[in-house]
Amino acid sequence: MSILVNQSTKVICQGLTGKQGLFHSQQALAYGTKLVAGVTPGRGGEQHLGLTVFDSVQEAIDVTDADATMIYVPAPFAADAILEAEEAGIKVIVCITEGIPILHMLKVKAVLENSSSVLIGPNCPGIITPGECKIGIMSGDIHLLGRIGIVSRSGTLTYEAVKQTTQQGLGQSTCVGIGGDPIHGLRFIEVIKMFEEDPLTEGIVMVGEIGGSEEEEAADYIVDHVSKPIVGYIAGITAPSGKRMGHAGAIITGGKGTAEGKIAALTAAGVDVARSPTEIGERMKARLS
Amino acid sequence: MNIHEYQAKQILSDYGIPVPVGKLASTVEEAKQCAQMLERNAWVLKAQIHAGGRGQAGGVHVVDSFSKISEVSHQLLGTRLVTKQTGVKGLPVNSVWIEETVELKREFYLSLLVERVSEKLVFIASEAGGMDIETVAIESPEKILSIEVNPIVGLQPYQCRRVAYALSLKGEQIRMMERIMRGMYQVFIEKDASQIEINPLVEAENDALLALDAKITFDDNALSGHSDILALRDREQEDINENKAQGFGLNYITLSGNIGCMVNGAGLAMATMDLVKLKGGEPANFLDVGGEATAARVTEAFKIILSDEQVKAILVNIFGGIVQCDMIAEGLIIAIQEVKMTIPIVVRLEGTNAELGQQLLNNSGLSVIAAEDLETAAIKVVEYAGGL
Repeated sequence: MSILVNQSTKVICQGLTGKQGLFHSQQALAYGTKLVAGVTPGRGGEQHLGLTVFDSVQEAIDVTDADATMIYVPAPFAADAILEAEEAGIKVIVCITEGIPILHMLKVKAVLENSSSVLIGPNCPGIITPGECKIGIMSGDIHLLGRIGIVSRSGTLTYEAVKQTTQQGLGQSTCVGIGGDPIHGLRFIEVIKMFEEDPLTEGIVMVGEIGGSEEEEAADYIVDHVSKPIVGYIAGITAPSGKRMGHAGAIITGGKGTAEGKIAALTAAGVDVARSPTEIGERMKARLS
Repeated sequence: MNIHEYQAKQILSDYGIPVPVGKLASTVEEAKQCAQMLERNAWVLKAQIHAGGRGQAGGVHVVDSFSKISEVSHQLLGTRLVTKQTGVKGLPVNSVWIEETVELKREFYLSLLVERVSEKLVFIASEAGGMDIETVAIESPEKILSIEVNPIVGLQPYQCRRVAYALSLKGEQIRMMERIMRGMYQVFIEKDASQIEINPLVEAENDALLALDAKITFDDNALSGHSDILALRDREQEDINENKAQGFGLNYITLSGNIGCMVNGAGLAMATMDLVKLKGGEPANFLDVGGEATAARVTEAFKIILSDEQVKAILVNIFGGIVQCDMIAEGLIIAIQEVKMTIPIVVRLEGTNAELGQQLLNNSGLSVIAAEDLETAAIKVVEYAGGL
């Protein structure tokens, strides 16, 4: 089992004809993802990678019945792409693009509040259900279909968690990169809830970082609603205050959003927080045995 | 991106927000002329740097004679001002803002920012102005009012009135508050700000409301669409290495330790710094080389790390995903030769073709210490940095 995407998920790619879109679509197809069409406004009718390109998301849906999209559209136009996908009724919208203006995202979130679509990202590696469906820029071959749900604000740290859970023979049910932007789609709580409800996810790994208060909110939620073991890791103990650490959302402001605060909140909620990023896999293994 | 106080006041003034009359000077002579032109008996002289805490650090003076104007501007211009927000090196004072003094009755706090929990624009107002809002939030949270703005309907007049009532404003002041909040909201939306702070917003003796200090931060992701805002950028207020890195698409932040770090991915870069610290070392920097760790980028990254003379050893931590490790290793070899590396460099490669990448490094004849995993890499680099 898995959450959000699986072997029957039909995916389109918005921005298929761009360099990134083309490359990662090729990778997705090679992995076995049911990628069924592309969308690039003004390029309708072209063929790439054996897929038809449509001018609009609606046309692509009408023909293919797709239920997920991956967006590789440049930042200034990415919010438009997300809103177009939402309007067309796509259930899972995955936006990889980094650098979307924050005001664009505020509008997107206001629309998504009353929508049946979910957004993953932006500024994220995407989502993968190993062996079934890969939507994003992660390398497929470190993954192993299995029992751990991974949710993370960071791309490469997700790969660390994946590699370690694979090495421990645990594997992953689904891995969700929720992204490094301050305003983004699915948050920790929502993904953790889905993992809690997913019968085949036995343990959860959550990887957070400095900035914002999503980890603290998740800690509050976990206390009352989550029975499965959770291993956490928070990056940024050594990050100075007031500096944006690569991700737009990774910034300590006015003494808020520190790694220590998040670690304390999660620990108090019963999450096993690893001090070293190299201990995630073994701690999960220990919690499950 | 940050701008100076005087620039922020200019923008606010353009949007109908009242600010004190003032002039900018970058020499002592100009300072005297500005003071003369303002035709007052007393002035406030404010050092222009991209940081708060200027008052306590001696960057703001009230003076009542031309000789004092000369004296204080001479004392400030060309120096570096250290405040609690600047770090030990401080920031260069290349200009001073000379302003009329304002007799005031009350000081308020008013800001507009993106609130991450509600995912909305939020006005924060407080009757406790002129002090650090974080302190107010801790000591007297009841004095803080926050008003969420729905991005679809925008700021409403009743929301402005709520703020005005909370601050016990009367009559014409209520309309003035509405004009100020509308102006702030408009600046935010039209110029893609990420924060606007007026602290203090004062009630003058004549009951007028004035923005006595102002700070505006802009959304870096939206700057390309605002050439007028970009023109306000003052690179001298920014870290040289951080700027240089940005030019090559690298994310770099200077820290105070002696172990240079080069990592792909922001989260992993932070985790690497944390691990170095956990193993007893001190990271010299944060550096995210991004998804495509090509030879050219890695070379520039090394140059920037090495320009910090404190760096005694470097840890390279790359998790190759789609970009394969053998390609990254080739890039590293070229870069290490190019910069003529003389300090120990520990490399951890993980992901696709990691072993092939390690072999390439081992066979390169370069003194690169290959580490089989991240834990070992961190331990080794701390040893090398301490042993020299």
